[in-house]
Amino acid sequence: MSPDDSTPRSLFDKVWDAHQVKAETAETPGVLYIDLHLIHEVTSPQAFSALAARGLKVRRPDRTLATIDHSTPTLDFKAGEAPPYATRAAQLQVERLEVNAASNSIPLHGWGSEYRGVVHVMGPELGATQPGMTVVCGDSHTATHGAFGALAFGIGTTEVGHVLASQCLLQRKPKSLRVTVNGRPGRGVSAKDIVLAIIARLGIDGGTGSVIEYAGEAIEALDMEGRMTVCNMSIEAGARAGMIAPDETTFAWLKGRKLAPKGAAWDEAVTRWSQLASDPGARFDREIEMDASEIAPMVTWGTAPDTGISIGGHVPDARSASHQKALDYMQFEAGQPIAGTKVNQVFIGSCTNSRITDLRQAAEIMRGRQVAPGVRALVVPGSVQVRQQAEAEGLDQIFVAAGAQWRQPGCSMCIAMNGDRGEAGELVVSTSNRNFEGRQGPGARTVLASPATAAAAAVTGLITDPRSLMEPAHV
Amino acid sequence: MSDNPASLAHLHSRTFLLPQEDIDTDQIIPARFLTTTTQDGLGKLAFHDWRYDEDGKARDDCALNTLDTGEFAILVAGRNFGCGSSREHAPWALHDFGVRAVISSEIADIFRSNAAKNNIVPILAPPHSHAWLLEHEGVEVKIDLERQYVDLGNGPGFHFEIEPFAKHCLIEGTDPLGFLLSHSDDITAYEACSA
Repeated sequence: MSPDDSTPRSLFDKVWDAHQVKAETAETPGVLYIDLHLIHEVTSPQAFSALAARGLKVRRPDRTLATIDHSTPTLDFKAGEAPPYATRAAQLQVERLEVNAASNSIPLHGWGSEYRGVVHVMGPELGATQPGMTVVCGDSHTATHGAFGALAFGIGTTEVGHVLASQCLLQRKPKSLRVTVNGRPGRGVSAKDIVLAIIARLGIDGGTGSVIEYAGEAIEALDMEGRMTVCNMSIEAGARAGMIAPDETTFAWLKGRKLAPKGAAWDEAVTRWSQLASDPGARFDREIEMDASEIAPMVTWGTAPDTGISIGGHVPDARSASHQKALDYMQFEAGQPIAGTKVNQVFIGSCTNSRITDLRQAAEIMRGRQVAPGVRALVVPGSVQVRQQAEAEGLDQIFVAAGAQWRQPGCSMCIAMNGDRGEAGELVVSTSNRNFEGRQGPGARTVLASPATAAAAAVTGLITDPRSLMEPAHV
Repeated sequence: MSDNPASLAHLHSRTFLLPQEDIDTDQIIPARFLTTTTQDGLGKLAFHDWRYDEDGKARDDCALNTLDTGEFAILVAGRNFGCGSSREHAPWALHDFGVRAVISSEIADIFRSNAAKNNIVPILAPPHSHAWLLEHEGVEVKIDLERQYVDLGNGPGFHFEIEPFAKHCLIEGTDPLGFLLSHSDDITAYEACSA
């Protein structure tokens, strides 16, 4: 509850207040209730072990939802055959989750589920993620779910155990930061370009300690997939979470989904959700504004996600020893144009950009073109649902005809845990979220980009402005 | 004084430096090692790709390979240490490697929370003390967590902020889950209200 109902509150304030089991004091953090706990194979096994060691049960298996995504192979395999895991350890980890889920009555969208997918694709797709909720997962990209007006953030494995045992977390209220993106972006500029521009502006630690609310005309104009892309990368500016006020776009996307409210409950929910937007005059600890019309397709030059520059730009001079180290690792020279750089691999996928609209944008560029000789291109849909939808639209045929590999869903080359990876020295143009050293394989060099820019890199073999490949009709 | 034998109320050790800014969790422990289902023995994987070459041979030019963390248990890192993923494998690896405190001018949120839950004291230093530490490798440092003060001997010692409950847990060895579960009745009441 707000101490004074007339005090204007932000979206974040409203969700925060509604989940206070116990308010924080000077000595102790508050107890925050968690509506939805998403789990996956990598960050949960030690939490289940901790519970078992203390003889504790999972408090709310009905508020817990599991999938397998990080360690899972994306190669095809026949029904009845064992999945082609990259390592025995990966297989054991997935099997451990299968056992933990079954013995704790937690729904698991594992092999064979038509909803299996990258955890941050699956939750929204099922309608499990809803406005006004608190959502956590042992994964830093949990902020994705903030696209629905949920407060969603990543936690460590100890806290995964806390939520399993109590459905709560000990938390102090973070600061608030509103990022307003005014105006409309130009053609060929996607949600990914917008968020890379925001991160470049904030810096990799500009959001530390904060929950971001994204607002403004350019954000409101995004479809839900685009909003998820933006919120997904909040952590790349150091922020705990990113949120966008729910609106008609949100409600239309959610309506009819498997776990979304139905009938009268739906109408009641929409009425409630419509109250969540920040009140006029709501206070933020910090605010920044940007102009979408100034944003071009973005690519990163360095080994941190805040190194985005416009695709027509030049690699900047090193400002520090760390920058110089990044230039050396990336094999870039200060002052060189980034466009025209030779590409070895292209990865289209990840919890940032593996949804249907992402794949449509990539397919539009690849349609009728061929992946350049010597380039390996992987297209990895975010979920079984996305894969089926893409196939229904014939997008898979476009990718395959172009010479790209059409894979089964998973995190794949974003985190390179499952055998999909770049080789040492290879330059990978990737629609994922992190370009840290070795992220996509030891020595692999990652350039972050939008699906359209990644597709343009695939068909030209070079970092290329996707607008140069777009039909005039698209202008 | 605490009765907790693992208490970090007072930590007296020497520093080792990783001056690079934005050291992310993929550097602390690369993702390909995250297929483990336990949290033990990860110290050998800490900073793996800095310490070992492609063939798994220890790099001669990496000081981490000859570091005695028994004597050098305090890591002084460049700005924004621990950014990136939420993997708790990062503090598990650092603790097993011997790290008991991390000092930087900025520490990423999730890492900071995870570190404190794994007996690593996360300490934010003011810029001049941080700069001094980065210029003085291997100095003896006394961390008084009770008073929230870092004594740098001849250097510019400083007070630091730490979340009071995290401090209490680090000193007393209190388990936060036990504290959380002591609110079970409140949680049940909340669930009844919001159902």
